[in-house]
Amino acid sequence: MDRQILIAGFGGQGVMLMGQMLAYSAMKKDYNVSWMPSYGPEQRGGTANCGVVISEQPVGSPVVNEPTECVAMNLPSLEKFADTVVPGGCLLINSSLADADVNRDDITILRIPASEEAEQLGEVRVANMIMLGALSEATSLLSVEYLKDMLSEVLPERRHGLIPLNEKALDRGRELAQKQLAVK
Amino acid sequence: MSKELVKGNEAVGEAAIRAGCRYFFGYPITPQNEIPEYISARMPEVDGVFLQAESEVAAINMVYGAGGAGGRIMTSSSSPGISLKQEGISYIAGAEVPCVIVNMIRGGPGLGTIQPAQSDYFQATKGGGHGDYRMIVLGPSNLQELVDLTYEAFDLADRYRNPVMVLGDGVMGQMMEPVVFPEMRDLDELPEKEWATTGRGQRDETNLINSLYLDPQDSYEHNMRLADKYARIKENETRFKTLHADDAEYMFVAYGTVARIVRKAIESLREEGHRVGLLRPITLWPFPDEAFEQLVEQVKGFLTVEMSTGQMFEDVRLALNGAVPAEFYGTTGGIMPDYRDVAEQMKKTMDKVGDAS
Amino acid sequence: MKAAFRRPESLTDVQTHYCPGCVHGIVHRITAEVIDELDLQDRAVGVASVGCSVLAYDYFDVDFQQAAHGRAPAVATGIKRVRPDASVFTYQGDGDLASIGTAEIIHAAMRGEKITVIFINNAIYGMTGGQMAPTTLRGQKTTTSPYGRDTEHSGDPIRVCEMLATLPGAVYLERTSCHDARHIMQTKRAIKKAFEVQEKGQGFAMVEVVSNCPTNWGMTPRESLEWVEENMIPYYPLGEFRSPEEVE
Repeated sequence: MDRQILIAGFGGQGVMLMGQMLAYSAMKKDYNVSWMPSYGPEQRGGTANCGVVISEQPVGSPVVNEPTECVAMNLPSLEKFADTVVPGGCLLINSSLADADVNRDDITILRIPASEEAEQLGEVRVANMIMLGALSEATSLLSVEYLKDMLSEVLPERRHGLIPLNEKALDRGRELAQKQLAVK
Repeated sequence: MSKELVKGNEAVGEAAIRAGCRYFFGYPITPQNEIPEYISARMPEVDGVFLQAESEVAAINMVYGAGGAGGRIMTSSSSPGISLKQEGISYIAGAEVPCVIVNMIRGGPGLGTIQPAQSDYFQATKGGGHGDYRMIVLGPSNLQELVDLTYEAFDLADRYRNPVMVLGDGVMGQMMEPVVFPEMRDLDELPEKEWATTGRGQRDETNLINSLYLDPQDSYEHNMRLADKYARIKENETRFKTLHADDAEYMFVAYGTVARIVRKAIESLREEGHRVGLLRPITLWPFPDEAFEQLVEQVKGFLTVEMSTGQMFEDVRLALNGAVPAEFYGTTGGIMPDYRDVAEQMKKTMDKVGDAS
Repeated sequence: MKAAFRRPESLTDVQTHYCPGCVHGIVHRITAEVIDELDLQDRAVGVASVGCSVLAYDYFDVDFQQAAHGRAPAVATGIKRVRPDASVFTYQGDGDLASIGTAEIIHAAMRGEKITVIFINNAIYGMTGGQMAPTTLRGQKTTTSPYGRDTEHSGDPIRVCEMLATLPGAVYLERTSCHDARHIMQTKRAIKKAFEVQEKGQGFAMVEVVSNCPTNWGMTPRESLEWVEENMIPYYPLGEFRSPEEVE
């Protein structure tokens, strides 16, 4: 197995944490992993993305240029990365903030209204966990139940009060992905 | 010990503290800022000192003073900042002050880019500062090795009373990877430094940290003594690793982050039936010349891959001394090579060498 | 029998290389006397700079580090942070402290670094052969201002004590002179105070000693001392610019 996952959005959407959660959870299953952020002069409010590699082999370059899975949390990310997903790969779009057409029939595309769903759960910042739940379901990479177990290890202790909400978000992402995958 | 998922820059900081480093002097520069940030939070927990200097120039001179006074000292920076430290590094080498310097290389020259590069190889291994000195230069290729070499760098520095540089790059500083941290060193077990300027106390003689030898005969003898030390370091501390050296007909030479990418290229080339391997220098100075001597009987050609326009390549050619063909492939200015391009270049090398023979 | 005069314990029995009439030897001696009187010889660590006093480590019988040009305050910072119980002092000239080392001295003072700085201001680069210094007076001729310092071209000279006095961390700043016995005694009192300020952990202390350079000024020793009084002191007024009493 060699998965190259790219997660992109703007600062504040929790894309870095989402990637770290994936990398950490896979590490705990004894995969080789790496996490690599884009880094540039923009510190706040700009675009942000990170690449996560999960592999049975030692990780080569930690930079993900051709993702097997791509999560686009906003429109600029979708426009920038939709064409980079490898054939047979999977593109997850936060359709609340990115509704452009994608001209790819060689990849699986899921449109998850993550920001709106997160607002309905009462906290827009869990949109990332909704997308992670959907990613988990779409790729059978790491199960949602396993990711839930990891929350207490990944979130700092002062945030542990948010674990139930994050669990709900992961569940909701899974449900939304299941429905779309059933239609397909 | 359990694996932790850690950012490279933070891993350096933790490894240093576990190695007994209790004094850090630095100045902000991307892409290594998490090193001083991490250490500024961590040092107070171990009663250590973190001090943000007014410049890299001041920081390296604080290192000189603190190292001369007997502490375990580290500073870190990235390329333009390391250029500013060169004066101090020369004095540190001349006065034989042990210390560890981390360079998370970014592309140059000048302000360059903040993206990763290996274009400071010359600066690190061929001087950088003035004078006839050598610095031990360690080139880790993953975060575990970054941790282990940083940890050991302090012992090497103390053993030889010499500056040691850990040479990483922007990717290594920014990425996260699982690491297992070594044990916290017992400070009581660190070597005594009877030469340090602690205040003379009960000593009969005063101690002096100095690189000035006005009399040319004294200066000559000092330099020759340093040369002997460097020869000893080369003898004892040269390190490298090989991959598929048992059957390789062609070999890559690569260090640091690039070696990871080359390994991917080797996987794909071997799947196609090509007998290729890797020689990976871990000490960039001392450079593992002998490793090449052992391989020239068996290997038809070497392809050096770097994130530069060919810096380590010069050392490779010196080591091979024309015995077998040496080719080069590099990306520079902050661009990382793609493993498929690397594999393609190896095929070109094989064709070229094959045609010639 | 009581000895009336002898070499301080903290000076080595080495003949200095200083020119006849230069006050470096005097300042070395009174610094060593202060180290003796405060019983600091076992804890003192000096930092030599680059300039005429580059070989200070040969003359003081205490631990020493030789610093790069201008960097002595940074080196002293490193020593003091590792050895807070040591009595750390730098000995720097005007080219070293007020030109190439301005960043280091300002920031050591800003941090309130607990070190003692002895600053010899003789308005010229002595060791390199009499070039213009940042402290060279208006109209003063040097080998790189052969027509006299033109302030339109090179600006007016730096007054370091006044500049550092804006920094709260610089708790003791005094400018003295060595042009006669009375002022030499005052210089010694100031240097002693500067070491005491460090001992009490109060902060950064500096004594600027307005000095001479008979060789590069092209004067006899006596003429040079008169020149200090008549030309240097009017531009570099003596006195305390920051006093630790204000701090306490």
